[in-house]
Amino acid sequence: MGRTSRRANLLKGTSSPADNPEEPHRVFPRMAIPRTPEKAAKPKRHHRRHRLHVWKDKHYRWVPDGNGDWRVQGYMYRHHHKPKRGHFRGPGKKPARRAPAPAAAATFNPDPRPPGAYQGPFGVEQATRLINRAGFGPVPGQAEHLASLGLVGAVQSLTRPSGAATLSGPPPVDDDGAPIAPADVWGHDHIWWLDRMVRTDQPLVERMALVFHDWFATSIDGVSKPQQMIDQSNLFRSACFGSFLDLFRAVTIDPAMLQWLNGAENRKGAPNENYAREMMELFSLGADRGAYSEDDIREQARALTGWRYDWSGEQGAHNFRFDPRLHDTANKTVFGQTGNWGWEDACRLCVENPLHPSFFVAKLWSYFVPQPPSAAIADGLISTYRGSGWQIRPVLETILISPDLYEGPAMVKPPVVQLAGMLRALGRYVDTDAWTWLCEPAGQVLFRPPNVSGWDDTRWLDTSRMRARWNIVDYALDGISVDAWNGSYSTTESADEALARAVASWGSPALRAEHRAELLDFSQRAEKTVAASWQRGPYRAMRQNALLQLIGISPDTILQ
Amino acid sequence: MSQRPHNCCGDYTRSQLLRSAAAEAGKGLPIIEPGMPEPAGTGLSRRKFLSRSAGLALAVYGASKIPLSAFETGIAQAATGDKVLVSVFFDGGIDALSVLAPVGDPRYSQLRPNLALSPETGTPFSEDTRLNWHPAAASLATLHAEGKVSAFPAIGYDHPDQSHFTSRHFYEVGELAVGFRTGWLGRYIDLVGDSENPLQGLSMDGSLSPMIATAEKPVAAIDSVDGYDLWAPVSDPIDSEMYRSFARFGALPADSPALAQVRKATAQTDKLRQDLGGIGGFTSPVAYPDTYFAHKLAGLAAFIAAGLPMRAVTIRAAGGYDTHSDQAGDLESNLRETCEGLLAFQRDLEARGLADRVMTEMWSEFGRRPEENGSAGTDHGAAGCAFVIGSKAKGEMVGEFPGLASLDANENVRVTSDFRAMYCALLEQWLGQDAGPIIPGASGFARPTLVKA
Repeated sequence: MGRTSRRANLLKGTSSPADNPEEPHRVFPRMAIPRTPEKAAKPKRHHRRHRLHVWKDKHYRWVPDGNGDWRVQGYMYRHHHKPKRGHFRGPGKKPARRAPAPAAAATFNPDPRPPGAYQGPFGVEQATRLINRAGFGPVPGQAEHLASLGLVGAVQSLTRPSGAATLSGPPPVDDDGAPIAPADVWGHDHIWWLDRMVRTDQPLVERMALVFHDWFATSIDGVSKPQQMIDQSNLFRSACFGSFLDLFRAVTIDPAMLQWLNGAENRKGAPNENYAREMMELFSLGADRGAYSEDDIREQARALTGWRYDWSGEQGAHNFRFDPRLHDTANKTVFGQTGNWGWEDACRLCVENPLHPSFFVAKLWSYFVPQPPSAAIADGLISTYRGSGWQIRPVLETILISPDLYEGPAMVKPPVVQLAGMLRALGRYVDTDAWTWLCEPAGQVLFRPPNVSGWDDTRWLDTSRMRARWNIVDYALDGISVDAWNGSYSTTESADEALARAVASWGSPALRAEHRAELLDFSQRAEKTVAASWQRGPYRAMRQNALLQLIGISPDTILQ
Repeated sequence: MSQRPHNCCGDYTRSQLLRSAAAEAGKGLPIIEPGMPEPAGTGLSRRKFLSRSAGLALAVYGASKIPLSAFETGIAQAATGDKVLVSVFFDGGIDALSVLAPVGDPRYSQLRPNLALSPETGTPFSEDTRLNWHPAAASLATLHAEGKVSAFPAIGYDHPDQSHFTSRHFYEVGELAVGFRTGWLGRYIDLVGDSENPLQGLSMDGSLSPMIATAEKPVAAIDSVDGYDLWAPVSDPIDSEMYRSFARFGALPADSPALAQVRKATAQTDKLRQDLGGIGGFTSPVAYPDTYFAHKLAGLAAFIAAGLPMRAVTIRAAGGYDTHSDQAGDLESNLRETCEGLLAFQRDLEARGLADRVMTEMWSEFGRRPEENGSAGTDHGAAGCAFVIGSKAKGEMVGEFPGLASLDANENVRVTSDFRAMYCALLEQWLGQDAGPIIPGASGFARPTLVKA
């Protein structure tokens, strides 16, 4: 069933005609213009004849007080017949006190922590922040589990996974319920990776793959086959905790990268300096730091010569190989060092450049902590990096136990991270390919970064991208939002109950007090709009849908 | 559709309605009904535009639960003839030596054995006979022949930076410094803009251009000219309460920059939802090419015609221009799509009588290396090209083409005009705003004449 008709059903409570084969979001094969599905028609109001007269009467009832107990609430009861004098107006017997919510790991595992590490309590709140930044948010119960491991144990459970990742839950399907085809169908590469984010038991591997996808940003727009992009992401998965030099070298001759930055079109006597420049500016040294000159770029381009591939209409670019005949064997001088450098030397020279370690640790840090590290912390990270022989894991582990991560300010989640986290919290799996065209206006389609510098983390939110996030939340709630018009929704649910139900649907995340207060206020305002008895259920159902939507678009969900 | 009855008699003009609503501040705008008279003297066709929108009469005025907002004052201001500056960005560094190809320069074919255009292709550039317009830029040549294009054949700055991101940042912020937080047009909006009107700075590419990044005043991005709505299985009357809470999320205090960013985006999203919510469709008086880029420009012309209060608009040219390989084909199709769209846009504005209110500026972060590389492409260079287009454009070349006989130290084209001088001239001559507070070192740049007297 198509999305539009599903939406309309939700509102109308009618069954749809036959599936529409011309679903708006699947008629364009490669074109990246998502069509806005038609706005669902407003439901026909059930017109009832107004009662000529009702007798309004103040009654009292018990409602949850939000702390597991009950409180008396006054409300206006509408009698349809003139009430008798002295009739029962409530509230009746107080219901039993409800069982208190299980205490959230009040004690923390006082694990031994290295000096310089975060020394405060490591409870559910801190574990949630860790799994938000070093993964894609918790599935229900995961934050409690991580908290029980203690800070170091929790971090190492993420940074030292054993064996291959297990994907648990149903495999991804498209809108027709068919298995996805990431190497063949437009947009399925995006949901292929999204599914891994949702179902993996090694979330940091996926998150680091995303970090390096942004770091070595390569786009399918410059690559002949989606499989080559998938292979590149698998390279990131396999190398994300090891030596940065090994990773750098593997990326340099990765088929997707060789196409994207013209590394395979860089030949002796006819250099193409595209990769030479970006490997310094974006991958290892940084612009405007005095780390390299324009001459270094030209010489480096010569060092990188020699890679080529074959092309055929059927296979696209294939048979990537080093061809010595295309390699410039004359001496090159890069960063003042002269030799007959080749592509492996080119990577090594960058990593050995004195300005590389400071670039590396600051860039890796920026993916996990919004404010730059202090000079002391940066120095510590640099010596860890140097001392380990350019290993990624020790630096990463130091970042993940640093006080700044737990005590510092929040960060905006990238759209895909927010989406994966929402699906995990809601217990949903990838069952639609709509996520590709929905993520595009939010500013992030996997395998399609905007350019070689990756996604700009300072510009995730504006009116266009915020609207896209809103609409993503709406889609994420498909199947969880309720049908307002089938007459089944509670006609008595209170404002507190409504909020409790909506929060529980989201996996009971912690909400800031001012947001909870606003949501409760909304819940009460919504209840006041009920003016006729036929509206009691439908309006409460719509209130529930609105609460679900508001939690999903609240800063509590958007921030990590 | 919740059309509430209004309590005004039908003889009111819209401007009277606005005044009476303003007098009753906080009580909300009365609804404007179909058939009401146009606001006197403004020539606004906003009503028509909105009522054509998928048959909806619901919009900014209709069904308005919105109090009289500065959005309304913005419309009133726009109606008095505010100038609009449209900035079109060739992303990636367009090859200026193809757009205006120096076919008469003897070194051209030596440096470009595969890529050089032959002297027979394209239209000669009347202001410098060494140069030919690329055939794909024929639309631009047409406008140039009508005196509506000022060309900068070698624009840039001293000590050119060949990083996409650094050089683009310089152009976006209007200063040769990294780490500027506001764009040059953003600072213009901060100075003269409204604190409630996000449409005054509008990016049409689905994300906010750093060029219109402001310190304080709201600006907006849209990804489609066909509508701006928020989906949810929630309808009247619960939806208005939902949006109210959404807006309140945006108004609460923030204790971190990221939270402040979410709040700001939330507040502006709700504002834009109110401002653009009913806009759904439009018609154009002229035919546009059937391309995405042209469709956005068609929408933009309709927005301007409808009186939406815009001052600075940014839009990316069709495609990308970082042509390290196989330059000829990519450049041809993308440049053609862009130029044909812009020609239709200009004709649309002329047909609507708006051409004197809109000026378009086209730029790129740099030009490309005169010597082609080994992949039938070109690497990053220095001086590039820029154009100022409009009925009010002076139509005279700024800075000469320096020729290929002598290049700069990196074998790139030398710069003969500074982009900051172009910005100063656009601000002062077109937008009527002293460039001093906006462009650092503004007093040091000699202003070219860009606008017809």
